[in-house]
Amino acid sequence: MSAFSRLRLDGVSRRFGGQAALTELDLTIESGEFIALLGPSGCGKSTALNCLAGLLPLTQGSIWQDERRIDTLPPERRGFGMVFQSYALFPHLTVRANIAFGLRMRRLPREETRRRTEEAVRLVRLEDHVDKLPGQLSGGQQQRVAIARAVVFEPSLVLMDEPLSNLDAKLRLEMRTEIRRLHQSLGLTTVYVTHDQEEALSLADRLVVLREGRVQQIGSPRELHNRPANWHVADFMGYRNLWRGRVDRLDGNRATIESSGQRLLGEAVGDLRTGADTMVAVRPEDIRVDGPGETPNAMSAIIEVVEYQGRELAAEARTDTGMLLHLRTEQRIAPGDQVKLAIDPQRLLVYPADAARRTDLPASGSEAAR
Amino acid sequence: MSDAGPGRPLAHWQHRLAERGVDRQLWLLVPALIFVVALFLYPFFYGLTLSFQPTNGGPFSDYARFFSDAYERGTIWITLRIALPAALLNVLAAVPIAYRMRGRFRGKRLVTTLLVVPITLGTVLTAQGLLNFLGPTGWFNRILLATSLVDEPVRLTHNYWGVFFSLVITGFPFAFLLVLSYLSGIDPTLERAAATLGADWRRRFTQITLPLLMPGLATTFCLTFVLAFSVFPSAVLVGNPAGETRVISLAAYQAAYEQYDYPYASAIAMIMGFVELVIIAVVLAARSRFYTGSTGGKG
Ligand SMILES: Nc1ncnc2c1ncn2[C@@H]1O[C@H](COP(=O)(O)OP(=O)(O)OP(=O)(O)O)[C@@H](O)[C@H]1O
Ligand SMILES: [Mg+2]
Repeated sequence: MSAFSRLRLDGVSRRFGGQAALTELDLTIESGEFIALLGPSGCGKSTALNCLAGLLPLTQGSIWQDERRIDTLPPERRGFGMVFQSYALFPHLTVRANIAFGLRMRRLPREETRRRTEEAVRLVRLEDHVDKLPGQLSGGQQQRVAIARAVVFEPSLVLMDEPLSNLDAKLRLEMRTEIRRLHQSLGLTTVYVTHDQEEALSLADRLVVLREGRVQQIGSPRELHNRPANWHVADFMGYRNLWRGRVDRLDGNRATIESSGQRLLGEAVGDLRTGADTMVAVRPEDIRVDGPGETPNAMSAIIEVVEYQGRELAAEARTDTGMLLHLRTEQRIAPGDQVKLAIDPQRLLVYPADAARRTDLPASGSEAAR
Repeated sequence: MSDAGPGRPLAHWQHRLAERGVDRQLWLLVPALIFVVALFLYPFFYGLTLSFQPTNGGPFSDYARFFSDAYERGTIWITLRIALPAALLNVLAAVPIAYRMRGRFRGKRLVTTLLVVPITLGTVLTAQGLLNFLGPTGWFNRILLATSLVDEPVRLTHNYWGVFFSLVITGFPFAFLLVLSYLSGIDPTLERAAATLGADWRRRFTQITLPLLMPGLATTFCLTFVLAFSVFPSAVLVGNPAGETRVISLAAYQAAYEQYDYPYASAIAMIMGFVELVIIAVVLAARSRFYTGSTGGKG
């Protein structure tokens, strides 16, 4: 139960029947770290978390807490706190009794249990609700009880499974800040599961991106944001423009691409050869409107759809060669406008196209209409 | 409300009534209502009035007659002595089995079927089986005698135990099915949450599952108790209807069909109903002290 300096997952795998839900997860968690497990629905995030918590036995691999192997311990002997997606508050116990549950199970002295419960209640600002039953609380309050209950016994690791997914947008932002604040004030080692890349980027020290049960990339928010390891991660991290293309020329990291009759200059990421199929990824905010005339990657396009998003506009544009572009801009544009667009070659990432089936292509208009 | 259109006040009232549950869907209750009136309320009030019109004496003289006669009065105790432990055993035995079987596993359907089969047998067949198995020359005693565990056959039929076993055999499937459905109504994540908070299986059961299950157990107890309290065929077939298993329904039967004293039989039936109500009221009062709200399960 004591704090550890390092938690190591070694080839952790889980199969359900013949189907692999999690494959060979290797990850080392340092004490005090905030790690986000990120990935689309069904990629194995909850499976990974449940394996860590001891709620699911592994089919392969091992988990080490410093030098001690813990993957054979039942959940009650691991001492990890867990916040469930559905909160899983005990409906017959008051808020106070819910929060005190973990302390009572550890048979702490009554006085200490009371003191630490009160402290946790204050931490999540529920002083006015301690005697209510969970059913009498709002969603956000229930969420705070769930968090307080999971951290009150100062677990060596806190696991959170999409704790904010049931809340509305405003509350989600508030609770996000609250979780970050709690993490900073208590210094708890946290593994946080989410499918919301923005949430993961804003909360975590390190992100682990999963796809179909396999780790795609592990890195800092900045690394993930600026340089996704492959086009699947790019797709997930908000690179909405994904175009198929072919490598024309390679010059170190600079690649010249031919995509739907358009010549593009970009930054090669990963193993590329001349003539190879590629995927080109660009963030909507990296496409500039009315760029100066003679830059690389200049194209002219017609604005088709415009969405108002506060300070910015999100728009769809189609180039003369038929490519569909998603872009964000602060300039005033309207459907039907003829615009000049430009993309900084450093912000145009060129990935090898894996042996993907055509159906793997994101639906969001990545290829030219033919 | 300033709108004075002719349709408005009516629509307004319909809306107000609908909020209180009064709407056209109420018609759906009519068949049930007819059923209740014809098969329950009418016979009940008929019996009630009949019980106050004894063949001789004042309106309460049949009740006085029952309570002044120790032989008659004793049937209440005899019935309770069989029905309460049988109902309790049914519920208590159902809990661990249902708890073990709440998840999904291979062969669950087979096991459930085996446990529930006694419902389909009916009391007479059960009694027959009991006589064959537990009777003085039944297999059970033959095995005991053959292994020299006893010197003479153990008497397990035509007395208290015969009726008791018969009630357990017929009542257990009901209790089991009810408890199983109450258990699957409890969200399994709650126990998982308790586990991550450091509770071993014993405390997960006593602190989380059992408190949430208690109201269901109380209801189950009431139902199996009522079934056991009106025990009649097995009291005659595998019990000792003249002595220690002369249950109250037997007393009512004798009054009605052996003495042809319908008012007295009605009075006994009313007393029987009253005793049942008292027990149920006590159990339900205890039940209300537990949490009875949603338990978040799949129902
Ligand atoms: N009990 C189970 N039996 C069979 N397959 C399962 C079981 N639990 C999960 N799976 C499968 O394992 C894969 C990963 O599931 P998991 O719950 O880990 O996904 P997730 O990443 O948490 O998704 P979401 O974001 O939707 O919660 C899925 O394909 C799922 O169908
Ligand atoms: Mg999940």
